[in-house]
Amino acid sequence: MNIPLTSDEIRQTVLRLLGEVAPEADLTALKPGVGFRDQLDIDSMDFLNFVILIHKTFGLEIPEADYPKYATLNGCVEQLSDKRAT
Amino acid sequence: MAEFVMPTLGSDMTEGTLVEWKKKLGDRVVKGDIIAEVDTEKAAIEIESFHTGVIEQLLAKPGERIPVGTVMAIIREVGTQATPAIQAPASPPPLQKVSPKEPVSPPPPPPPPMTAAVTEPGRLRISPAARKLASELGVDPAFVQGTGPGGAITLDDIQRSANARGERHEAGGQQPSAPLTTGPTPLASAGEGGDRQARMRQTIAAAMARSKREIPHYYLSTTIDMGRAMTWLKEENIKRPVTDRLLYGVLLIKAVALALRQVPELNALWKENAAIQSPAIHVGVAVSLRQGGLIAPAIHDTDKRSLGDLMSSFQDVVKRARAGTLRSSELSDPTITVTSLGEQGVETVFGVIYPPQVALVGFGKVVERPWVIEGQVVSRPVVTASLSADHRVTDGHRGGVFLSAIDRLLQEPGQL
Repeated sequence: MNIPLTSDEIRQTVLRLLGEVAPEADLTALKPGVGFRDQLDIDSMDFLNFVILIHKTFGLEIPEADYPKYATLNGCVEQLSDKRAT
Repeated sequence: MAEFVMPTLGSDMTEGTLVEWKKKLGDRVVKGDIIAEVDTEKAAIEIESFHTGVIEQLLAKPGERIPVGTVMAIIREVGTQATPAIQAPASPPPLQKVSPKEPVSPPPPPPPPMTAAVTEPGRLRISPAARKLASELGVDPAFVQGTGPGGAITLDDIQRSANARGERHEAGGQQPSAPLTTGPTPLASAGEGGDRQARMRQTIAAAMARSKREIPHYYLSTTIDMGRAMTWLKEENIKRPVTDRLLYGVLLIKAVALALRQVPELNALWKENAAIQSPAIHVGVAVSLRQGGLIAPAIHDTDKRSLGDLMSSFQDVVKRARAGTLRSSELSDPTITVTSLGEQGVETVFGVIYPPQVALVGFGKVVERPWVIEGQVVSRPVVTASLSADHRVTDGHRGGVFLSAIDRLLQEPGQL
């Protein structure tokens, strides 16, 4: 598996995973600091699937309590950058 | 010999378009095998065989729009003799209404008006090819005299009828008084996104109008303390890897399924002026589709599944509903529907029953509310559960017992 290393690579990977969960979404207009669920028509099932994809792609275990940290694009990049650094 | 017919996949379906055959002539099929893919107004559906045998004839062609009940293929069941192939169009295959699959398959729509071509009520003998030609030429097969075997309507009959109508036009004659719109509509617009959405809305509207017209609904609701369930879920999910975690909706679905064991009259289908209880509990879960509209596939034997298994099945049907790869049995088998609009901020659902089911359960948003426990006012997460039920089958007392059962079950989430 190709593990992304830079913030931009993480960002692009997260967007790709989001696109898998919500293929109809226009991700070019996504505001990075605003919650996914406030911008996209996704539900808790979609969000769980998104977290599962992050888990599988980045090889990270994500506790349910940390879900809110992955609720925005910026949050995902921050979390995954931190995890990569540790 | 068994006929593979276009199944009805819900009360709002009158026809489907054959996308492709998944089997070819001579292939062996086992009951439950996917035999065809059919596009409906709502989604593409994989159609399962109800028989075990060998595909002897494929009567419908990809692209054809085929009314519910039309014979699409002939399956020679194990132990039966092969029959000579039907040579369309000279000897078109019979058309007959689908036989309801006991005990949970919805009934087919009402048969067309009886005419000279109808040999018995609800039985119109016409091949898919002839029906397609009739559609293209604007001819209503119900008003065509069949000259084929057993009075079957052939391609020539359709063409002759169209020619005769043209001659009447030229002579200033009258159109047939019957409407010409009961046959299939042209295929041309089926794949267009906007048109598909409009047609989906029409089919949903037709089913819901029928529901409100025919079913005397009554509505009940209750507020359920979800404190124990949410706490249990949080602790349970800590133990589970992310791939196996549960959503709280699964607890609601399982609670409904178990409550139906206590009030089984709500787990029934209305057929021929009577409610028929289903021995199996197949909860249909309402899924909103990306392109708009909704669909409610069944999770089979919901009451018998563990929460983990139920979650996997829930994820699977939601994914396939949105990808257009549901199976026919998943659409024809629900014995009750559960819908949750909590994520949209809705607190109370006033649902419309999906015929021929006799009940629908709605859940709203989990909200924090003041709640009295042992004389103390505390904040608790609560959800409003509502029941829409058919007064021909149950009354408010039994409906209330059912909602109370759901409440009790959710107070012991570890037992679900």
